[in-house]
Amino acid sequence: MSSIRPHDRAPGEDMVPFQTGGETLSELLVYTTGFVLAIVLTAISFWAANTSLLWPPGVPLGLAVLAIAQMGVHLVFFIHITTGSDNTNNVLALAFGILIVLLVMAGSLWIMTNLDANMMAPSELMNLHMQH
Amino acid sequence: MSTEAIFGAEGAITVDAIYEGPAPKRIVVAYGFWIFLLSDIVLFSALFATYAVLVHATAGGPDGVQLFSQTRIAIETGCLLASSYTCGLMWMAIGARNPAATYLGAAVTFVLGAAFLALEIREFAGMIAAGATPQRSAFLSAFFTLVGSHGAHVTLGLIWLTVMMAQVATKGFVAAVTRRLACFSLFWHALDIIWVGIFTVVYLMGIRT
Repeated sequence: MSSIRPHDRAPGEDMVPFQTGGETLSELLVYTTGFVLAIVLTAISFWAANTSLLWPPGVPLGLAVLAIAQMGVHLVFFIHITTGSDNTNNVLALAFGILIVLLVMAGSLWIMTNLDANMMAPSELMNLHMQH
Repeated sequence: MSTEAIFGAEGAITVDAIYEGPAPKRIVVAYGFWIFLLSDIVLFSALFATYAVLVHATAGGPDGVQLFSQTRIAIETGCLLASSYTCGLMWMAIGARNPAATYLGAAVTFVLGAAFLALEIREFAGMIAAGATPQRSAFLSAFFTLVGSHGAHVTLGLIWLTVMMAQVATKGFVAAVTRRLACFSLFWHALDIIWVGIFTVVYLMGIRT
């Protein structure tokens, strides 16, 4: 029963906070695992951007997937976001943040692409529009 | 009713009973700061969207392929990632109430962050010297705004870290100081998350087109 905590966990908080001994080793293991995973993902990203082995049009999508995976690694291993019930508030806030981020980015790109498509301008005029 | 009273007997009462009352200040403060960080990330998403819309609007000026140095970006990425890791180690030292390890972690974090910033400033200076200023094209305006905002955050983080170490030195690990250190630690990790987006979208995708 001692594992049930009376309150939520603060974001960034790992295990039982401010307790000497015991948890230190596993906490070090968590940070180190995250660090190694992040290095591996970063290295794959740099490799994928430079290699000629991969199908070129697919590389940007692959880079995006690698970046999202690495952001997940940072959230889990460095900021200690978990699926535990004491983390529900943190996860809900994060989910709302991600929703807004997706709306802003996808919405902006969608609208601006549509604007470009609807211009129907000659290519020179189009270039002027894009450049100035 | 104390926690012992609830869990002392065999049959545990509903879990709701122990969730009553306000959360400790440590949790409220960190949660509030978490909300701020998410709003900061929303701000960056607007800058990312702006950059993505304007990335090809070079107005006949230089584009990413001509401007970006992959080696420098790899070193910058390594510095910031390692500083995020040492920030985690510093947070462990704070949890163990170990001043010497805290100062060491903070010093390494600061040096790595400062190295990142120095490389970024050199990159900006080199670009501006070569005529690739923010005024040159919409692409460069968006580039300097996005990457520069992140650099400004890193600068603020370095100042914050220095102030926090002064507070640890003068006040020790009192509750108020550890709360601020928790917020700093979250801030520093969040900056690295944003940098992952920048090195992918701006630099790695930028050198390919």
